[in-house]
Amino acid sequence: MKNALASFAVGFIFALGLGLSGMTQPAKVVGFLDVFGSWDPSLVFVMAGGVLVHFVTYRLIRKRTSPLFSAQWHVPTKKEITPALVLGSFIFGVGWALAGYCPGPAVTSLASFSAKPAIFVAAMLVGMMLFKQADKFLQMRR
Amino acid sequence: MNQEWINALLGGVLIGVSVSLMLYWNGRVTGISGIINGVLTPAKGDTLWRALFAAGLVLGGLVLQALKPEVFANTLNSPAASVAVAGLLVGFGTVMGSGCTSGHGVCGMSRLSPRSIVATVIFIGAGMLSVALFKFMGVLS
Repeated sequence: MKNALASFAVGFIFALGLGLSGMTQPAKVVGFLDVFGSWDPSLVFVMAGGVLVHFVTYRLIRKRTSPLFSAQWHVPTKKEITPALVLGSFIFGVGWALAGYCPGPAVTSLASFSAKPAIFVAAMLVGMMLFKQADKFLQMRR
Repeated sequence: MNQEWINALLGGVLIGVSVSLMLYWNGRVTGISGIINGVLTPAKGDTLWRALFAAGLVLGGLVLQALKPEVFANTLNSPAASVAVAGLLVGFGTVMGSGCTSGHGVCGMSRLSPRSIVATVIFIGAGMLSVALFKFMGVLS
């Protein structure tokens, strides 16, 4: 239960960060990606700020033997660069450019009660299920 | 530095603080696509924290909507159909590629994970090429 409440708090702070940063404004996201046109570099600072903080805190926190509310760490350890990683990330980038939403800002924007974030999130959930079905199908045929 | 850059940096710092808390408390990466995707395949003891994370995002959104609704301005004017296609691509791609802007871009980059560095370069690169292409095609104005 503690871990669930903790992740609720994390989601809350994360959303405030997204809103303050400009990530919930699709036109700013497209402006950031528009390097060949009228580039708006401001969102560079979002990733810079996040990585700057977490680069330091990650190393400090991992000195502990375990996290506070879990017996062990759940951090991914995989190192291989797989075709799925490359192709999946590419497909994500195309979708990100098309509507200016990535998953976090889209879910946060549901709170604005406007249609587009709702359409985006619904379609995103379908896309996730479609991938799992496609993956199952391909593994069955292997 | 102009105000937009300062806000972007402060927002980024808040994001960095929140993903640090997730690691310190739960030992987990804050990857939004992975957390949401996990809700779709419920496993015992592994669903509540994911659902509450999403609820926390929406509650944060409601506070923003009450205090600063302009942060949700969507001036892109893209038709609903292309928003739906975008959602499909983002859902499919993030699960296939094991992460999105948060999991790969912030958490993975911070621990210098080779997979996350490759993923981040590819999705930002694909996004840049796509914006140029969509503008050329007239899909984005």
